[in-house]
Amino acid sequence: MSLAQLEIQIIASLVAVACSLVGVFLILRRMAMMSDAISHTVLLGIVLAFFVTKNITSPLLLIGAALMGMLTVSLVELLNRTQLVKEDTSIGLVFPALFSIAVILISRFAGDVHIDNDAVLLGELAFAPFNRVKLFGLDFGPEAYYSSGGILILNLLFVILFYKELKLATFDPALAATLGFAPTLIHYALMTLVSLTAVGSFNAVGSILVVAFMVAPPSAAYLLTDKLSRMILYSALIGIVSAISGYWLANILDASIAGSMATMTGASFLIVYLFAPERGLLAQARRRQNQRIEFALTMLTMHIANHTAAHEAELENEVIHLNEHLKWSPKFAMEIVGIAERTGLVNQQSGLLSLTEIGKQRAAQEFNT
Amino acid sequence: MKTVRTENFSKMDISQLFYDLFFDYTLRTVALGSAILGMVSGALGSFAVLRKQSLLGDAISHAALPGIVLAFLITRSREPIVLILGALIAGWLATLLMLSIIRTTRIKDDSALGLVLSVFFGFGLMLLTFTQKLPDATQAGLDKFLFGQAATLLQRDVITMGIIGVIALTLLFMFWKEFKLITFDSEFAGSLGLPIRVLDVLLTTLLVIAIVLGLQTVGVVLMSAMIVAPAAAARQWTNHLNKMVWLGGLFGAIAGVSGTLISGSAEKLPTGPVIVLCMSIIVFFSMLIAPNRGLIWNWFRTQRNRKLLRIQAVLADLHTLALQHPNEERGHPIATLRSMNAHPEFVSLILNQLKEQGMVQELSKNAWALTQAGLAEAEQTFKKEA
Repeated sequence: MSLAQLEIQIIASLVAVACSLVGVFLILRRMAMMSDAISHTVLLGIVLAFFVTKNITSPLLLIGAALMGMLTVSLVELLNRTQLVKEDTSIGLVFPALFSIAVILISRFAGDVHIDNDAVLLGELAFAPFNRVKLFGLDFGPEAYYSSGGILILNLLFVILFYKELKLATFDPALAATLGFAPTLIHYALMTLVSLTAVGSFNAVGSILVVAFMVAPPSAAYLLTDKLSRMILYSALIGIVSAISGYWLANILDASIAGSMATMTGASFLIVYLFAPERGLLAQARRRQNQRIEFALTMLTMHIANHTAAHEAELENEVIHLNEHLKWSPKFAMEIVGIAERTGLVNQQSGLLSLTEIGKQRAAQEFNT
Repeated sequence: MKTVRTENFSKMDISQLFYDLFFDYTLRTVALGSAILGMVSGALGSFAVLRKQSLLGDAISHAALPGIVLAFLITRSREPIVLILGALIAGWLATLLMLSIIRTTRIKDDSALGLVLSVFFGFGLMLLTFTQKLPDATQAGLDKFLFGQAATLLQRDVITMGIIGVIALTLLFMFWKEFKLITFDSEFAGSLGLPIRVLDVLLTTLLVIAIVLGLQTVGVVLMSAMIVAPAAAARQWTNHLNKMVWLGGLFGAIAGVSGTLISGSAEKLPTGPVIVLCMSIIVFFSMLIAPNRGLIWNWFRTQRNRKLLRIQAVLADLHTLALQHPNEERGHPIATLRSMNAHPEFVSLILNQLKEQGMVQELSKNAWALTQAGLAEAEQTFKKEA
């Protein structure tokens, strides 16, 4: 692994963690699509700021982009407030319009400068290591360390300092407002950070990867835990794993790094979606299966208990009669009787079932409830 | 647009433009393609917007990318119909995956949308860059689906678009009643025995078709606007579904043609974004001036109501005063009325207006009282409120 390769992975990991920090709150506040909108409209902010400064590396571009992110959020809210369109529609109206303006401005006036649509969507992570900070002839590492790292630290500070406020405003905005925590302020602060993260990151990784990093790892983490602090931690870890594995995937396929990393965030989510210990699809299926068996066992003990005293007991409690009376298939009946025998609920003697003491207790318990 | 012309608008240019619209191959083809696209997406977008699936279009259009690239990788063909089929399958898979995530986990729909959108698109980009590095050069031009390159539309593409569009719209009208029901009251539709799931999938499939049609013209990123914007504009003008669908189609077509013309009038004006901007302008004006719902109408209505309420407040105050002094035939000074009113600055103005209407009279200097007509009016208003 060369130094450049290592540096790319470190940059991507910084971005992944920075995105996770705000992404967790975005998805909990049901605003995930805002990241999509903002990551597109910051382009207009960059273009406009570029027209003012005529300098593609100016820090003013960051400010322009952040302001445009705020403008996007405000415009969406303004449209919502007219009540002429629904919330998702206002997002769908605002960002394509702003993005269109940006694309037109770029192709008309900035054709020969180094802003182009592809770079915005795809990012140029592969070139990030060549853009270095040099002071007094010393090499202080790639520039992206400082931009991505700075945004990571900013996001981290925000989350740590306002953890309580964020938590409250996210889970119970009404209570937060009552207690004087100013949920609106928190909301706008969060949106500013989303804009800053989007613009700071997409220089390196492109807008689509920003959305992927903001949404996929937090969504996966959401399926793994109920605790906010753990959700943030897991989502950061999943982000880092996706970033590094995505890098190597791109390396093998000789394909877009951002695209491969986005693919890996999806793959990570898919794995969690399938195998999460409690909320995964497999766990859900297993739980349903267990419930079915438990229910069948209860039915069996009740059925036997019902008929033990009666004179037709010999007839009713034969295994082969279960499919008739409980509407079980012979295979299922055999399976359940087998489990019941193994767990010591029933005894079987020459095809005739009788309850053990434990079985009797279970049936009695069920009758009482 | 390829057509190179001077950048200054003049009368000459505009008439030239309309001449070209009919006789210039490129312009005519692109305009026709954009019109078809606008019409189909406007009509189907109406349903998406009403079903609160505005952003589904965004997700589907992004998700179509890997389908396009995979279809090419498998068949090695760039026939539009093959690519459209690939996009259709991918868009459809994305929708199903999204619905299944929402149904089986606690992840909300916005996260599911963002997730599917970014991951599918990223996957598509990965495949695209992978394909571009393959030794043979047949893949050239696949990347036009990212931003769309309307100028590369061929007559053949437009014919394909037309046929698919007609099929989609025919299906829409065949199942009109059913789609209307599942849009507005899907529980009722279920109780009537309609197969909601099947209809849901069919309607979503039609939406996917509309989106896929537009990818080559406006590209993945802006296609969502063509779904949302015409429908949002049409919604302002009517409360009827059929009118909304027609208007949505019309707005979409107008934006498509005018966007093509504008982008053809100058150099370096990409068609897709210009079409989207035209559409945004239509939305903006619809929200402002549409009768009944529009913001300007709303403003006038609010002003009128406010004025009416202020007048009624003065009438009510005079009525109260008359009731409190039943045996005296006397007027009340403006100061009294002002002290009773929430907006004292308007009181004398309103009194003069009421006097012109014959509702109040000035018995002597600064002594105001209701006339018989005013009393009747006040009593009637009171009765209505009680």
